[in-house]
Amino acid sequence: MQPAITVTDLTLAYGDRMIQHDLSFNVDSGDIFVIMGGSGCGKSTLLRNMLGLERPRTGDVSYFGRSFTRADSRARRDMRLDWGVTFQQGGLISAMTIAENLSLPLELYTDLSAAERREYIDLKLSLVGLAGYESFYPAELSGGMRKRAALARAIMLDPKILFFDEPSAGLDPLSSRRLDELIVALAESLGATVVMVTHELESIFAIATQAIYLDNVTRTLLDAGTPDWLRDHSEHEVIRAFLQRGEQHKHNTGSPTL
Amino acid sequence: MTAATIHCHREGTRLNFTLTGAWRRDDSPPRFSSASDRPARGDHLFIDATSVESWDSSLVNLVLQAQRQGEAVGFNVSWQLPSGADRLLQLALAVPPSRANSGDKPDSLTAWLVTLALALNPVHISERIGREMMRSAEFIGALLVAGLAAMTGQARTRTVDAMRFGFQSGPNALPIISLTSFLVGMILGYLGAVQLQQFGAGIYVANLVTVGILREMGALMTAIILAGRTGAAYAAQLGTMRVNEEVDAIEILGVSIIEFLVLPRVVAVIIMMPLLTLYADVLGILGGGIVASGLGISPLQYWTQVQGSVGLDHLLVGLVKSVVFGALVGIAGCRAGLDAARNSEGVGKATTTAVVVALIYLIVADALINVFCQLMEI
Repeated sequence: MQPAITVTDLTLAYGDRMIQHDLSFNVDSGDIFVIMGGSGCGKSTLLRNMLGLERPRTGDVSYFGRSFTRADSRARRDMRLDWGVTFQQGGLISAMTIAENLSLPLELYTDLSAAERREYIDLKLSLVGLAGYESFYPAELSGGMRKRAALARAIMLDPKILFFDEPSAGLDPLSSRRLDELIVALAESLGATVVMVTHELESIFAIATQAIYLDNVTRTLLDAGTPDWLRDHSEHEVIRAFLQRGEQHKHNTGSPTL
Repeated sequence: MTAATIHCHREGTRLNFTLTGAWRRDDSPPRFSSASDRPARGDHLFIDATSVESWDSSLVNLVLQAQRQGEAVGFNVSWQLPSGADRLLQLALAVPPSRANSGDKPDSLTAWLVTLALALNPVHISERIGREMMRSAEFIGALLVAGLAAMTGQARTRTVDAMRFGFQSGPNALPIISLTSFLVGMILGYLGAVQLQQFGAGIYVANLVTVGILREMGALMTAIILAGRTGAAYAAQLGTMRVNEEVDAIEILGVSIIEFLVLPRVVAVIIMMPLLTLYADVLGILGGGIVASGLGISPLQYWTQVQGSVGLDHLLVGLVKSVVFGALVGIAGCRAGLDAARNSEGVGKATTTAVVVALIYLIVADALINVFCQLMEI
């Protein structure tokens, strides 16, 4: 089966500063694919390059067999319609209410009437547990609620691929777990592929079906596999150490530590 | 408490440092570089600190510096330290120094000199100006394309946004524009009065104020106010949107940033500028009238002189300038905001850049329009 995403020989850099080099991997349809690694290794930069928000130095990113890196702006826009993206800060437009934020993709890309749009907004907000918050501005919501609202906007057009940049960042453990469960439930319901940047080990073990590890010393991809396989069998000690801390963390969950 | 000392003892290639005394940072203990005998390439340095009376990070620092020197020069270092100091040292050695920091970064004086040399280098200056002009042309081109698309109903521009920005940049600016234009009218009046009274031509203060305000000061002062108020606000808004990843989110939705964010702002300020300029013209002429009354010119005389000097050409020149200035203020603000770095400092810099660039644009554009008017005898 054709992979949902194919990354080939991707090299990322800011000016003279190399971020990551020679990254090659596939993301299969239906996977919950996690990009992990230590702070500053270039996880979010890789995601931004995959999304076309920055141009890679070399290499190519393809979606369902079509090159995105080499596509013209019109083709890129069409390909982006298959995506839903939530950013680390949520990315909700602060000058718009939650309903206006969610309505935006529908206004732009569908012929739905205002009444129909309201129904869809109600549905998507209900899915993320935010029904009734339509008239709120992003600043009036908590961090977790903003992330869920951003997720609701990301799924407005029923995307084939969902991208998340540090979805759990800044959330308490309970909100973080609920968000993980929500992501899995929505991805399964929509049949979507999920690409997530995170270093939250609990999330990685809870939801990831595949993962890659970006190293910030060698500045490249060290290994790929399921989180459990990487933890137990990766030949790279840094990966095993990274993930074993997560295992310890998992065992501690639920028991008082102080 | 005895002073910290290093006893050096050499046996062939093996050099022993025996540390004694109290190793306290505040007592200026010896540094590795001040040791009487220093190891050379191929030597083995052994540091024995088991006999120190007390220690703090100065002891760990000495061993760490020895270790770093050893790596650089090529001698081996081993040590025996109090257990706490040894643990600290292991922590310090656990992560090697980043290559990013250990590179050949110039010191601050060198960096300052390089910056100064670049700032004065004509090639560098021309290159920067050329690059800036290219990027400005690109931005203005994209804005024109978006404007054409908006006229044919194909742009993703929201009318409600343009109206909101219009209200922010227009009616909300009236109090400050009232104050400045009224005072500028008075200043022009005083300036003229001092000179014209010498020739018994005080009555012509009205002409000077009217022509000066209509052609020049009304539009220019309004534009300067809008550059500081609206242009800076645009830069801050868009810069913050970049920090909050809102701009990215809009781009991912496949919406043109120029159409969605820039066009409504620029259109709003282009529409508001002529209206504000007309308002500023009226207030400026009134301000001149106050000065004229101080010269013994009656309001009727002043009004008659004003009527005589108001020409359509003067009015149109001012209004054309106001449209051009409005566009420039909007463009400078939006460009600075969209180019802002993704942090709070970047937003601050963007607002400064927006105002400075807008002022430069305004002065250059004003001069060019005046030259054009002179050539065309308008």
